[in-house]
Amino acid sequence: MSVEPADLSTIPSAPARAHGGLLPAAWHALKRAPPTAWFGIIVISIYILVALLAPLIAPYGEAEIVSGAYEPWGGDYLLGTDQLGRDLLSRLIYGARNTIGIAVMTTALSFTIGGLLGLLAAILGGWTDQLLARAVDILMAIPQLIFALMLLSIFGSSVTNLILIIAVLDSTRVFRLTRAVAMNVVVLDFVEAARLQGEKLGWIMTREILPNILPPLVAEFGLRFCFVFLTIAALSFLGLGIQPPTADWGSMVRENATLINYGDVTPLLPAGAIALLTVAVNFVVDWFLHKTSGLRDER
Amino acid sequence: MSVSERTDRTGPSPRAGDTLLEVKDLCIEGQSDERWQPIVKNVGLTLRRGEVLGLIGESGAGKSTIGLAAMGYARPGCRITAGSIRFDGMDLLAIGEAKRREIWGTRIAYVAQSAAASFNPAHKLIDQCVESSVGHRLSGEDEAKRTTVDLFRRLRLPDAENFGYRYPHQVSGGQLQRAMTAMAMACRPDLIIFDEPTTALDVTTQIEVLAAIKNLVRQFQTAAIYISHDLAVVAQMADRVMVLRYGELVEEATTREMLSNPQQAYTKSLWAVRSLRKEEEPGHDQILRVDAVDAAYGVLKVLHGVSIQVPRGRTVAVVGESGSGKSTLARVITGLLPPVAGSIVFDGKPLARGLKERGKKLLQRIQMIYQMPDTALNPRRRVRDILGRPIELHLGLTGAARHQRILELLEMTELDERFLERFPSELSGGQKQRVCIARALAINPELIICDEVTSALDQLVAEEILKLLLRLQKELGVSYLYITHDLATVKAIADEIVVMHQGRVVQSGSKSQVLTPPHHAYTELLLSSVPEMDPDWLDSLLARRGFAAAT
Repeated sequence: MSVEPADLSTIPSAPARAHGGLLPAAWHALKRAPPTAWFGIIVISIYILVALLAPLIAPYGEAEIVSGAYEPWGGDYLLGTDQLGRDLLSRLIYGARNTIGIAVMTTALSFTIGGLLGLLAAILGGWTDQLLARAVDILMAIPQLIFALMLLSIFGSSVTNLILIIAVLDSTRVFRLTRAVAMNVVVLDFVEAARLQGEKLGWIMTREILPNILPPLVAEFGLRFCFVFLTIAALSFLGLGIQPPTADWGSMVRENATLINYGDVTPLLPAGAIALLTVAVNFVVDWFLHKTSGLRDER
Repeated sequence: MSVSERTDRTGPSPRAGDTLLEVKDLCIEGQSDERWQPIVKNVGLTLRRGEVLGLIGESGAGKSTIGLAAMGYARPGCRITAGSIRFDGMDLLAIGEAKRREIWGTRIAYVAQSAAASFNPAHKLIDQCVESSVGHRLSGEDEAKRTTVDLFRRLRLPDAENFGYRYPHQVSGGQLQRAMTAMAMACRPDLIIFDEPTTALDVTTQIEVLAAIKNLVRQFQTAAIYISHDLAVVAQMADRVMVLRYGELVEEATTREMLSNPQQAYTKSLWAVRSLRKEEEPGHDQILRVDAVDAAYGVLKVLHGVSIQVPRGRTVAVVGESGSGKSTLARVITGLLPPVAGSIVFDGKPLARGLKERGKKLLQRIQMIYQMPDTALNPRRRVRDILGRPIELHLGLTGAARHQRILELLEMTELDERFLERFPSELSGGQKQRVCIARALAINPELIICDEVTSALDQLVAEEILKLLLRLQKELGVSYLYITHDLATVKAIADEIVVMHQGRVVQSGSKSQVLTPPHHAYTELLLSSVPEMDPDWLDSLLARRGFAAAT
């Protein structure tokens, strides 16, 4: 069929109704969001609220030993107690704070590193691009979890190390995405026009290119957040992630794992919390991608 | 297609002059912003066997939509709301999708504007050409291939026997467009819809494709709908012309009648566009001198000893086909592509070769306007920011002074403050190009390089832009280096002309010198290839060039 002269399909068109301001536009979009997206948004909001208000909601302290080990559900301890006699509900609530907080920080850091380098590689090209891309290839060639385990055992597993190591390992994927989408924008005339008007690299990166590649990056942020979250949980389960007595869903599964043998579902609760958040984030990301990529339902 | 229908088709022999297609009261709506809006309003057309109907109009006139509707097809996001489409006695809207699919490709074929985008790059040409006849079981693969090779030969494709065994990227744009015509002809359809088949081609290539199409349509007595925004092209191809605007029919007449005696004001204005002409004025001192410049992309050398001069306050038009090195020359002058050899002198001083070595002051003096206003403006920034940034960066104006300058620029380019808060996607093509011009003017440049700035625009809009450029030159004294492949534009705007071919300057001089004989051989070819508003032009040109009419 007839084809537009320039292929602009990679650039989402700017918001058409910009006069109404950002908030009404966002509300307008929300109103027509599918139920899955609504479900995701509500679940995420609840998680965030719980994480922020943990000390107010939790009936006991995070590491407070309140009773004997493995108390059953009900009574004073709604979800029973763990192997040291700490209230499980309280730990679940504090766990939201630790796990989500660390995951958000890690994802943000990995996007800063990967996004910045990806943009640089796309704009500068040449040997900068080659060098960065090959370095990323090398990092990606090593299985992530094993690499992280190795680094954590070398540097010791503190929260800072955890965040740094996972962020660096994860930034490789962000780098690849940023570079790929930025490549499509770099070649457009408005970037050249900016160069001809003497704009510096910083301006071109942040004002000319970044706004045009933001939608895929935001979507990727959601997905990467899930992966980071799962990696941390996995590392904690293996004992190298968040260290006791800090409450964290991954290690909570491990600590109470034996209960499964007695037909008690308690260890599944933190696992379920992880699963639910992952599903919720994915629902929201799906909807966002759908909105911004211009995909339409086939009828 | 089933066997019975096949015999139907050959049974009562169709005569030329029978009505083949009849469209009545066609209404089509398109979806935008989740609302349905009419894009074609009550259009009717009749087409007899062997007749070629031209559809003319600006973009957004509904030409392509009507063309597709003639096949009973509405593209995604469009729907046919009223009217009837009868093709050879069948109501295309009533017979259902499956029946329509049998007709498409076999009895009605479609040739798209961009052949390069319509061919599958992963398959050989001949496999794609025989697909419809083999797929519809009209003929065996070998027979289909023989037919296709025959068509290639009739379309004057080089080495017709082996041409089909190449991939789309291995042939030129003009050849690809002809291959697409062969594909459409493969099943000997009764009706072919040509949707701007030559718009993306150079004038010299356009001639070949036009001649090939005209010849074949004539030989097979195929009816055709020829869609174009270029009147002169339609004049060569069509027996009858319909002028459309905003989805409505403006005027309909036979080609000769329409050319000699247009009735409606809009039609007349379309005719008048090509008459814009500028009196040439000789220049005094030179603002830019390019001396024996060579340039290369890696090892591929694209400019060979190019020398041009741009007089201050004048316009130099650089003319040539695609691949002649026009745009590369612009990249060399702007510093995006440092030259391999030669020198560039700007305002008496040698110009640094690369962009990085040029200071801010120098960058300010040379600006550029692009072909595609869609990609030349950042879709995420408002007009206010697009214009405000260079003012801030180079002139150091902020606050009220900056605002004042932005308003001044908008006024200069015949826009107003309503546009300040808009995003580029909220502007029309012409308005976008005006913003681009305003951005280039914002910092008072002395030389503006215009790279095909009107070729992506409709004729009427393009004329307005040209007038604007001329007025700005008169008021501000800027010099233009105007790159184009369109000779009508050259006549409208240039003082001097440089003709380029394969990376070399073949002729240069004042407009009157270059445009009056004797010409350089290539200039002659270029000039004679520009379609004229005369229905006999193509035939007489081909006769002069020694093409035999029948193959």
